[in-house]
Amino acid sequence: MVNNLLIVKNVDKRYGDYTALSEVNISVPKGSIYGLLGPNGAGKTTLMRIINQITAPDSGEVIFDGVKLQKDHISYIGYMPEERGLYKKMKVGEQALYLAQLKGMPYKEAIEKLKFWFKKLDILSWWNKKVEELSKGMAQKIQFVVTVIHDPKLLIFDEPFSGFDPINASIIRKEILELRDSGKTIIFSTHRMESVEEICDHIGLINKSKTIFEGPIEEIKKQFTNNTFDLEVKEKDLKQNNLFESVDYNKHHQIKLKENVDLKEVLHFINKNHEVISFKKNIPSMEEIFIKVVEDA
Amino acid sequence: MLKIWLIIQREFLVRVKKKSFIVMTILGPILIAALMIVPIYLAKESQEKRLIAVNYQNKFILEDTEMLHFSQIPDLEAENLSKDFNNSEYYALLYIIENTFTLYSNQQISLNVSNEIERQIEQILEIINLKEAGINPLIIESAKSEITIITKIVDEKGNSINSNSEASMGIGFMAGLLIYMFIFMYGTMVMRGVIEEKTSRIVEVIISSVKPFQLMMGKILGVAFVGLTQFLLWIILTLVISTVAELWFLDSTVNSAMSSSNQSIVLAKVASLTGGINLTQIFFSFIFYFLSGYLMYSSLFAAVGSAVDAEADTQQFILPVTIPLILSFILIQPIIDNPEGALAFWMSMIPFTSPIIMMVRLPFGVPSWEIYLSMLILIGTFITTTWIAGRIYRTGILMYGKKASYKELWKWIKY
Repeated sequence: MVNNLLIVKNVDKRYGDYTALSEVNISVPKGSIYGLLGPNGAGKTTLMRIINQITAPDSGEVIFDGVKLQKDHISYIGYMPEERGLYKKMKVGEQALYLAQLKGMPYKEAIEKLKFWFKKLDILSWWNKKVEELSKGMAQKIQFVVTVIHDPKLLIFDEPFSGFDPINASIIRKEILELRDSGKTIIFSTHRMESVEEICDHIGLINKSKTIFEGPIEEIKKQFTNNTFDLEVKEKDLKQNNLFESVDYNKHHQIKLKENVDLKEVLHFINKNHEVISFKKNIPSMEEIFIKVVEDA
Repeated sequence: MLKIWLIIQREFLVRVKKKSFIVMTILGPILIAALMIVPIYLAKESQEKRLIAVNYQNKFILEDTEMLHFSQIPDLEAENLSKDFNNSEYYALLYIIENTFTLYSNQQISLNVSNEIERQIEQILEIINLKEAGINPLIIESAKSEITIITKIVDEKGNSINSNSEASMGIGFMAGLLIYMFIFMYGTMVMRGVIEEKTSRIVEVIISSVKPFQLMMGKILGVAFVGLTQFLLWIILTLVISTVAELWFLDSTVNSAMSSSNQSIVLAKVASLTGGINLTQIFFSFIFYFLSGYLMYSSLFAAVGSAVDAEADTQQFILPVTIPLILSFILIQPIIDNPEGALAFWMSMIPFTSPIIMMVRLPFGVPSWEIYLSMLILIGTFITTTWIAGRIYRTGILMYGKKASYKELWKWIKY
């Protein structure tokens, strides 16, 4: 239990007749990157708002670092919401300073930290520019800085890569991984499954206001693996046998082992009868899992 | 507490540093000073005497005035002048034939001039008529009399004080107008600020650090300080500019000793005029109604701002907020005419109109219990509206791309 920085227990949230969250449970291990997945309207943003104490749950509880979530935890959490922006007429530096101070940082420390991050992301020259002079991607870099500026234990990013060009997205991805390596815990919500596979250790999937599953990404993938393999051979057809069933895609075959058949036996059989070009276990991508789960529900 | 202070600071500084604030702060007093100075300046300029020719008539000898100088000319010259007025040195020609009086000029004759001439001729004719009727004009003169009515208010302790309804009217009107202007200008400023935060999408970033209610109150108080600063600067600048301008324009012509004696007369007059009015009470009540009226209305304006996505959408919600405000402004005149009436009483109890209406009534004297009751109701209402506005606000600011209805606002209050 101590290894979980954040535990959400049986959380319910209703807006009038509309149920945003129902019996939601997630546990976010310390030092992990936790991918919070789910289709639009599943309740991800509501959950993140509850963790940030923007709204309160109707029932259930949130445990942060071993204790019940409370007001001064705000300064240990950094949140980059999906709907994010900055005051357009304000200067970049002034604004970052204001937001840092709102998080509870003293003035001097805030200035030092800001200069450090601005240098790191090579944006120090923007300090005196007004936000309206910046492009959307530039403004997002500043939002990233103000999210991490107060050195929070838990970082929550809602769709962090939307609005970034590939170069800036990879810079931010690198920074997120670096933060994880320095011991931070990161919750990360996205629709983009390829970025989930790239950086997440853990995932939780919410659909229709309920948690569907959660756990380490490998385990979940194993759960959805169904003993199928991709096989490519020189010959046109596979020799008939009683070890596996196969579907043909020209020279490319997908085979499914029959019950109680040993993989070694299969390999031996194939090697004997065919010239193998490639043989690979079929592991579903997160995208396939996501679509399967959401459609089945 | 520290965080709300940070918000107040930001809201204040951002607005005070704006060009429009600086321009308005400087322009305001210049406009006010211009309103005061220009008439004086214009009056001074037209002090040059106008020359008016009159054809010789021993019956009608007109007296020179401050603005007019009459010079008599022979009939023949007058006859010519009436046909060709161009190139003449005169401002106008008064041509008298028998009992018809005609003014000729090459320009539009000022109303002052023709009125003055009419008055003098009427007076001369009156004296002639009286003489013809065998009445000595001196008798009529001595029969005329002039009185001034002194009005006194008898207070609860039986002391009587001089009262003056003109001064009461002036003070009441000014106080009401100021509150109206302040609420309208700075209330809508709060609303625009909320909309700006919503459209720029910064609001969720901020309320992950502070409570929505803190953000709302911080904004309301920050804008209040902006307003107070602007008013203070206006007063100071107006005094400076009008003093400088007065010295600049009037020093050469007006004897300074005279103007200072004038001032002391004016001051003495003001003191005697306001004798029946409890100025301390008015001052403190003004501050009270000014602040609580603003707090009540600006929280409502903030709620309206939170419920919409763009300023253009505010129409449907803004009307119920502004109607009582505009109504109380319209009612200022009827209330001045009858400050004790039922309308005046109820309007100074209803919290949405009381800040303005009670200030209009106060200089005329209002029983203490009415003032306290009205203040109590206002305090209660402003706490309630701020609470309701806070609930609408905290939900509204997180709703994007959705046009709220009244039904939805009601739901937000209940969440």
